[in-house]
Amino acid sequence: MTSRIEKRFAEAKAAGRPAFVTYVMAGDPDLATSQAIMEALPQAGSDIIEFGMPFSDPMADGVAIQMGGQRALAGGMTLRGVLGMVEDFRRKDETTPIVLMGYYNPIYSFGVDKFLAAAKEAGVDGLIIVDLPPEEDEELCIPALKAGLNFIRLTTPTTDDKRLPAVLKNTSGFVYYVSMTGITGAAIKSRAAVGEAVARIKTHTDLPVAVGFGIKTAEDAEEIGKHADGIVVGTVLVDAVGKSLVDGKATDKTVAAVRDLVADIFAGVKRARG
Amino acid sequence: MDGINSLRNGPDEDGRFGLYGGRFVAETLMPLILDLEAHYRAAKVDPDYLGELKMLATHYTGRPSPLYFAERLTSHLGGAKVWLKREELNHTGSHKINNCLGQILLAKRMGKTRIIAETGAGQHGVATATVCAKFDLPCTIFMGATDVERQKPNVLRMKMLGAEVRPVTAGAGTLKDAMNEALRDWVTNVDTTYYLIGTAAGPHPYPEMVRDFQSVIGTELKQQFQEAEGKLPEAVVACVGGGSNAIGTFHAFLDDPSVKLYGAEAGGHGIDTENGHAASMTGGRPGVLHGNRTYLLQDSDGQILEGHSISAGLDYPGVGPEHAFLHDTKRVTYAPITDNEALEAFQLCTKMEGIIPALESAHGLAQVMKVAPAMGKDTSIVLCLSGRGDKDVESVGNYLGLL
Repeated sequence: MTSRIEKRFAEAKAAGRPAFVTYVMAGDPDLATSQAIMEALPQAGSDIIEFGMPFSDPMADGVAIQMGGQRALAGGMTLRGVLGMVEDFRRKDETTPIVLMGYYNPIYSFGVDKFLAAAKEAGVDGLIIVDLPPEEDEELCIPALKAGLNFIRLTTPTTDDKRLPAVLKNTSGFVYYVSMTGITGAAIKSRAAVGEAVARIKTHTDLPVAVGFGIKTAEDAEEIGKHADGIVVGTVLVDAVGKSLVDGKATDKTVAAVRDLVADIFAGVKRARG
Repeated sequence: MDGINSLRNGPDEDGRFGLYGGRFVAETLMPLILDLEAHYRAAKVDPDYLGELKMLATHYTGRPSPLYFAERLTSHLGGAKVWLKREELNHTGSHKINNCLGQILLAKRMGKTRIIAETGAGQHGVATATVCAKFDLPCTIFMGATDVERQKPNVLRMKMLGAEVRPVTAGAGTLKDAMNEALRDWVTNVDTTYYLIGTAAGPHPYPEMVRDFQSVIGTELKQQFQEAEGKLPEAVVACVGGGSNAIGTFHAFLDDPSVKLYGAEAGGHGIDTENGHAASMTGGRPGVLHGNRTYLLQDSDGQILEGHSISAGLDYPGVGPEHAFLHDTKRVTYAPITDNEALEAFQLCTKMEGIIPALESAHGLAQVMKVAPAMGKDTSIVLCLSGRGDKDVESVGNYLGLL
C-alpha cells in the first residue's frame, strides 16, 4: 500500500517541484490557534505537516523552537493532546501527511505500544524522533514500522558513507538530511555542500531526500530545492508565531503570519526547478 | 573479568546496564561517540596513556588521597567507627579532577582542539578549566544562571583559569539546563570539540568511562582500609547527584556482599514536596534524557522536572544509569537527605573535625549520621568526602543567618 507520504512526494515530483514540508509546534501558543494554523498550512502550499511534540528539554533545537515548545507546554499541551489535534485535523483533511517530530521520553512515558496504536488511529503517518539513532532501533523504530507508520531518519554531515547504510536500513517515507552540524534554526554554511550531500545519499537509497535546518526564505527554498526532493521549513514559522503574540497570547495576526510566510516560501519552492 | 555473576561487568556492548544506559543521541553525535568509544578502548590498554595518567594522579592531583579516621564524629555518633576518604584534598578540591585528567588525555589523543563542559556546583567546571590550562586548550563551561549566582567563588576560579563561563538562563538555570546547552554546542562544533562530561551519565561510553576514571577512589579505599583494619568496612557511603564519586567509590565493593553500600540523594525540602527535591531514584521513574535511560524526575506526560536541592552539584533530575541498575538490583540502598539534614551535617563535620565539606558531601555525611549509631562499635563506615566546602561558605552563611 502506498503511504500518504510516498504519494505526496510522487505528486510533487510529477508537478516538477520539491515537496514542501512545514514544521509547527503542536499547541503553540494555545490549542485553538495551533489547530487553526495546522489547518491553514495545506491551503498555503504545505505538502506535508511536521507536527512538533513539545518537550521540556529539546537538546537539538535552537531558541525559536525551544520557546515554541515552552509556550505549548505552558498552554497545557501533552502528547495525548497532540494526538487529539491530529484526530481533529483528519476529520477535515484525509490526504495531507502528518509526521510527528520530537524526543523519545514523552512517548516512552506514554508507553510505546499504546502510543503507536493511538497515533495510527488518530491518522499520523510518520515519526521523526531526534534522540533515537539506529543503535536504538528496537525501542521505537521497529515497533513503529510494524504498526504501519513511517519512521523517518535524520542523516547529517557527520553520517559518512560507511555509516549511511545503517542509518537508511530501517528508514521509510523519506530521508531527512540535516543541512549542517548544529541545532534547528542555525545558518547553512554552504548550499553547494548540501547539494553534494543529497547526491551522495541518493546513491544509497531510492527514498526521497528532504533537506531541513536553516532554510528560512523563499530564496533558500528555491536554491536548496534545485537538488532536494523536499524542503523542510520550521524555525521561521515557529518564530512567526512568537512574534505575532501580545503578552504571550495569540492575536488576530497569528494564523495569518504563519499562512503568509508559508505561501511566500512556497513560491520559492515552485521556482526551484525553473 | 569478574565472573559471569559479577555486578562489575557492565555495561554490555550496547552501553546498557540492564535496562539503563544506551546511546539516545542525535545522529550528528552518533559517529563521534562511536569514535570516542574506539579511542577509549585503545587508550585503556595503552601503557603510555595509563602511565601518564598515573603520573599525573600522583604528582598533579596528589593521590592517593588519605583515608582518615574521624575520631570525634565517631564518639559523637556512638556507633560504628567513621572514616573519611579525603577526596576533598585533591588538587582543585574534589574528586572531579580524577575524571578530567583521564578525559583530557583522551581529547588530546583524538586531536580535539576545544573543550566544553557543563557544571552544577562548579567543581567539575573548575577541574575542567584546570586541565585545560595545563594542556593549553581553550574551554567553555556551561553553567545554569542560578548556579552562577550561588557558586560565585568557583565561577571566579574558572575565569581566572582562562575558561569562558556561559550562564544558561533556560529553565530553572541549573545543571540540567547547562547540559542541554552543552549538547547544543557540541552538535554545532562536533568536528573540533570534545565534550568533557563531569558525571557518570550521558550516552555510552561516558558512564563507563567516567566510572573507570573515578574507580581509583574505591580501589584505594579498599586497600587503605585493609592496611588499617585488616578487613573490609561494613558500610560505604557517598552522595549521588549524577553519581560519579559514588560509582567510583562503590565499584570496587560491588562483589563484596558483606559491605553495605548507601547512596545519599538530594531530598531537598522533602520527598513529598512536589518538584521540591532532586531524589530521582526515590521519587522518579525510568525515562530517557541526555543520552541515556535512567531514573528521572518527570511529570505524568514525560516532561522533565527541574527538581531542587540546596546543593548545586546534586540539583539534577536524573542519575547515572549504573546507579539506576544498582537501585533495581538493590545492591545499593539509595536514600534521600533533606537540605536541613545536609546543613546539620555540614556544621557537625566543620566543628568536630575541622573539615569544611562540600554541601554535596554533607548529604553523604547525613546518611552516615543516620546509619552509624545503630552499628556496633567494632564496625566501620566509610564516607567518600568528595569535595571541600569553601565554595559553599557564603550560601551556608546565608541559610544560617551569619551574613
